[in-house]
Amino acid sequence: MTTARDRGGLRLLIAGGRVVDPASGHDAPGDVAVADGRIVAIGAPPADFVPDRTLDARGLVVMPGLVDLAARLREPGHEHERMLESEMAAAVAGGVTSVICPPDTEPVLDEPGLVQMLKFRAGSLNLARLYPPGALTRGLAGDTLTEMAELTEAGCVGFSQADVALKDTLVLHRALQYAATFGYAVWLRPSDAYLGGGVAAKGALATRMGLSGVPVLAETIALATIFELVRDTGARVHLCRLSSAAGIEMVRRARAEGLPVTSDVSANHLHLTDIDIGYFNASMRLTPPLRQQRDRDAIRAALADGTIDALVSDHTPVDKDAKNLPFAEAEPGATGLELLLSLALHWAAAAGLPWIQALAAVTAAPARIVAHGPHGEGAVAPGVGTLSFGGPADVCVFDPDARWTVNAAALRSQGKHTPFSGYELPGRVRYTLVAGAVAFDAGDT
Amino acid sequence: MLARNNPQLNRHDELIHLLSIEGLPQAVLHHILDTAGTFLSVNEREVKKVPLLRGKSVFNLFFENSTRTRTTFEIAAKRLSADVINLDIARSSTAKGESLLDTIANLSAMHADMFVVRHGESGAPYLIAQHCAPHVHVVNAGDGRHAHPTQGLLDMYTIRHYKRDFRNLTVAVVGDIVHSRVARSDIHALTTLGVPEIRAVGPKTLVPGDLKEMGVRVCHDMAEGIRDADVIIMLRLQNERMSGAMLPSAGEFFKTYGLTLEKLALAKPDAIVMHPGPINRGVEIDSAVADGEQSVILPQVTFGIAVRMAVMSIIAGNTP
Repeated sequence: MTTARDRGGLRLLIAGGRVVDPASGHDAPGDVAVADGRIVAIGAPPADFVPDRTLDARGLVVMPGLVDLAARLREPGHEHERMLESEMAAAVAGGVTSVICPPDTEPVLDEPGLVQMLKFRAGSLNLARLYPPGALTRGLAGDTLTEMAELTEAGCVGFSQADVALKDTLVLHRALQYAATFGYAVWLRPSDAYLGGGVAAKGALATRMGLSGVPVLAETIALATIFELVRDTGARVHLCRLSSAAGIEMVRRARAEGLPVTSDVSANHLHLTDIDIGYFNASMRLTPPLRQQRDRDAIRAALADGTIDALVSDHTPVDKDAKNLPFAEAEPGATGLELLLSLALHWAAAAGLPWIQALAAVTAAPARIVAHGPHGEGAVAPGVGTLSFGGPADVCVFDPDARWTVNAAALRSQGKHTPFSGYELPGRVRYTLVAGAVAFDAGDT
Repeated sequence: MLARNNPQLNRHDELIHLLSIEGLPQAVLHHILDTAGTFLSVNEREVKKVPLLRGKSVFNLFFENSTRTRTTFEIAAKRLSADVINLDIARSSTAKGESLLDTIANLSAMHADMFVVRHGESGAPYLIAQHCAPHVHVVNAGDGRHAHPTQGLLDMYTIRHYKRDFRNLTVAVVGDIVHSRVARSDIHALTTLGVPEIRAVGPKTLVPGDLKEMGVRVCHDMAEGIRDADVIIMLRLQNERMSGAMLPSAGEFFKTYGLTLEKLALAKPDAIVMHPGPINRGVEIDSAVADGEQSVILPQVTFGIAVRMAVMSIIAGNTP
């Protein structure tokens, strides 16, 4: 069996594009030359470089492949539906070359064997790179710590409770102490187990529609607990899917204090509010729930000023039967891998930000988060999330002038539910390279 | 990004489903109440039938048990000469694992013309309305905490009957507002009909401050809430909320918010007392009030039949 790296023996020239590297700030026309899976030139190729294949990038942007800190691939659990194949194909179609998948699979990623099998199966697809965080507690049940050292050796890049709130503060304290011992990062979505039980953000809409509300307190109380525990343990914590202005303000203060915390927000929450639920549209049933305009404004401001590090797709394929239910009974989540780049560009346009800043939130910034900490087999390749000489040739080539209308049926993901169905969005991926091999070519489809 | 157009109106702004009172124009509400008025006389005739829905099949789909509401819909449909099929879904197909939309598809294949839906989840009738055949009409008979529009309309009929004009009234809604679909439908109807003062009365666990955004005045003090009111709508306190984290006990609730003759004296002398039923005597309302002169609880039930006849005939496009 060949791997992407073997096939990377091909010499490729991405010619005549606008080369953008958010990590270095590089933004200039030029060529990118790739050999043996690595970038061997940016700007002009070496005089003796004879490409096996040339990709015409005139009028296109050449950037590092996207790094998505939250995309569910439903494996283990949905092997019979070939979910890993479809969702990894969706990733590269969206320009995503590194995927971090939450451990809330069936079974939960809490044993080294499961992690090894998943990494092996993902690797043999020759699509995006996969970096799974392991479960923080066995079965995500919040009682017993997982074998973090063993899981790290097997390829985990940190430890996560996914969307399952840890009720027991004593267990959370010990989990952070233990992870801090070895320098492992802990990924937590801040949500109080009891206050976080509703299906829509508490507020005028939830009250009017008769939907059980999640108060902002669910996020702020969880953050207050996490920050106290971080102060005590020194553990590095990545906060997943912030949703409220008040929560973001707490993160801002925690960072000013120097606490080792990073954070992300989903592309859904960057663009939508609870008003978009309309008449009980289950595509807007998301975790955490969409909040109000002031929260969305705070999310946009915090992502722009760097308080929030990364933008994620929070890709969650949900099948039709699980979505076509009354709002509260519908399974939360939306497909997102194929929309992430466009939603980042859409945000940049709406906020009047330079692209390069929006692109940093889906490349260099998330790469830095996932690269943190001691890693075994799962070590993130140096240079992922950047275009750098000698770095891995994980590249996204997209047409910045193309606009496309989101048609859920045409997505490669098996998840067909997106809040953005029917939206016209900017930016269309032409080619995606992973380790120097073309993993997606829009011309092939 | 705005919500799509109101799914209960067609392109000509005609009512094709009744899902919620929210968003319905005042004229539509008055049309329903006026139509109900003409049906009231039918209900007093020797032969209590009109042929407006003859040959139509009305399916009562009750995913949540409610003998009383189902019976009033059944009577209303029969008085319109419809064929009525009662399905106690809670104990049939969904218990075998059939999905809501599969159930609807099967019943549509049996040529249903109208679904009267009661469901435990907010929004379920919207899902049904979106997925049923275009000629099928849906009436929401109560969904989760969201809406109970026919109850709201019969409450408005009752108020109009006794008070004539909505535009100078003070209406107090008392009790478990946060979990009440009746309260939401009443509040939307009262604001649409131009009632200047609507008060939501109860403890902070049952009457949260954000109710203000629905256009009501929030009162946590019972005396303040009912003082000089023209109409007092008492809500049923569900058994599961009588003790726990919402309220310590039914007895304490009665002491603080239960309507007694003594408290009723704070309202206007001609104030009417309403309740959607079934009542909990000695919990939210004292028997002396429920059975007293100012109580219009039984007329509400009578008006309810006429209002449901009006709703079904209007959405089916056959009015008298």
